[in-house]
Amino acid sequence: MHADPTQFALTAPPTLAEALHLLAANPGLHTPIAGGTELMVALAAGRLNQKSLLSINHLTELRFIHATDASITIGANTTFTDIRRNLTIARDLPLLIQSASWTGSIANQNRATLGGNIANASPAADTPPALLVYNATVTLISSTTTRTIPYSDFHLGYKRTALQPNELLHSVNIPRTYSTHQHFIRKVGTRNAQAISKTALAAVALLNKQTIAEIHLAAASLADRPLRLYATEAALQNASLAPADFPTTLRQARAALASESHPIDDIRSTARYRSAVATNLLEQFLHTLTP
Amino acid sequence: MTQIRFIINDTPTTLTVPPMKRLLDVLREDLHLTGTKEGCGEGECGACAILFNGELANSCLIPALQANNATLTTIEGLAPKPEPFTTAPLSSTLYPLSPALHPIQQCFLEQGGAQCGICTPGMILATHHLLTQHPNPTDAEIHEGLAGNLCRCTGYMRIFESVKQAALKSQPQTEN
Repeated sequence: MHADPTQFALTAPPTLAEALHLLAANPGLHTPIAGGTELMVALAAGRLNQKSLLSINHLTELRFIHATDASITIGANTTFTDIRRNLTIARDLPLLIQSASWTGSIANQNRATLGGNIANASPAADTPPALLVYNATVTLISSTTTRTIPYSDFHLGYKRTALQPNELLHSVNIPRTYSTHQHFIRKVGTRNAQAISKTALAAVALLNKQTIAEIHLAAASLADRPLRLYATEAALQNASLAPADFPTTLRQARAALASESHPIDDIRSTARYRSAVATNLLEQFLHTLTP
Repeated sequence: MTQIRFIINDTPTTLTVPPMKRLLDVLREDLHLTGTKEGCGEGECGACAILFNGELANSCLIPALQANNATLTTIEGLAPKPEPFTTAPLSSTLYPLSPALHPIQQCFLEQGGAQCGICTPGMILATHHLLTQHPNPTDAEIHEGLAGNLCRCTGYMRIFESVKQAALKSQPQTEN
């Protein structure tokens, strides 16, 4: 049965400043809600524990895509549809476009926001692996402070983030330094459409002839949070992809990936399957690399 | 309780509702616009899809307060109203139905794109949104555009043919 909506409070402050003041006045009291594609599901299922919500998706201060020569900044309220329609992102950040395109359905992409996808902090979320490999930073804002941290420091554990109770996620900043990199992203779910990941792998790499000069890897659903795969990157740094060396490179990469993967059995898949598929995705990525 | 105002199917409306009440329930219970259906209630099936400021959205995932100042179109408001509007109300005294069909509705009728009908309002609004974005959609664009709308009767082929016919019919103009 549905929850009784009269048991929940929802306010929509007209400006970002007023929203931040409300959060500061009663730290921890209000839960921000943007597109509603996560919290309204919890409401319908009768498992929304937060009784007081703060609607932020009308705050136009948080809905923007701003590009400079150096970087692209995306406001937290930017929807997946906004992202998919942006030509600069389409050209420079193919991993973000691809992951936005397989986040839910068109109807959900029209409502769901990038900030919500990050702040909800699901280890299976679609865009975090792309943002991790792009070395994104996130800006967190309160009524008194603004701070910018590496996105890789944002997720602290299962559904735990660096956001303080008086803070909102303001924006995500991505450097425009990947135009010459080789990009890879693949999600494995139950279906092609509207599936939640069993696992996913995002990657960028730069080659110097047949040697990996730079590589960034990140995965979904291999740990309690979206995971940057630093050990696997280290194993592949300066590794050779020449045919004679490939088996050794692959073996070392697989061992490193296994060492830093901690998947679980849950409703969508098993730990064993996730590990096997992640390894296969890594191998597929390495095969796609061309000098 | 919170007072909200929106324009629904061209009619300005003011309501007092719990702010976290699902827009789906506001439409069905407060406005008696029962063309919008509830399937899964968790944003997966698209039976509750409406046009929210012109964009396809699942009304089961929208708190009523977030519809404040929005412009909404439900299946009841898709067909053009005759001018002058003199039709006798069919479903609701507040929101009379037009006896005319939208071309997309006509295509679903002709191609057998509906069986039990629960998914049909959402399918038609998803088609409308698809043809607004892609007036001449590829097969892949049709698949993606309707991927958020589940049907348990038709096997989808007749729905797909309905959309193809609607796309042809709306050439070259795509307005409504």
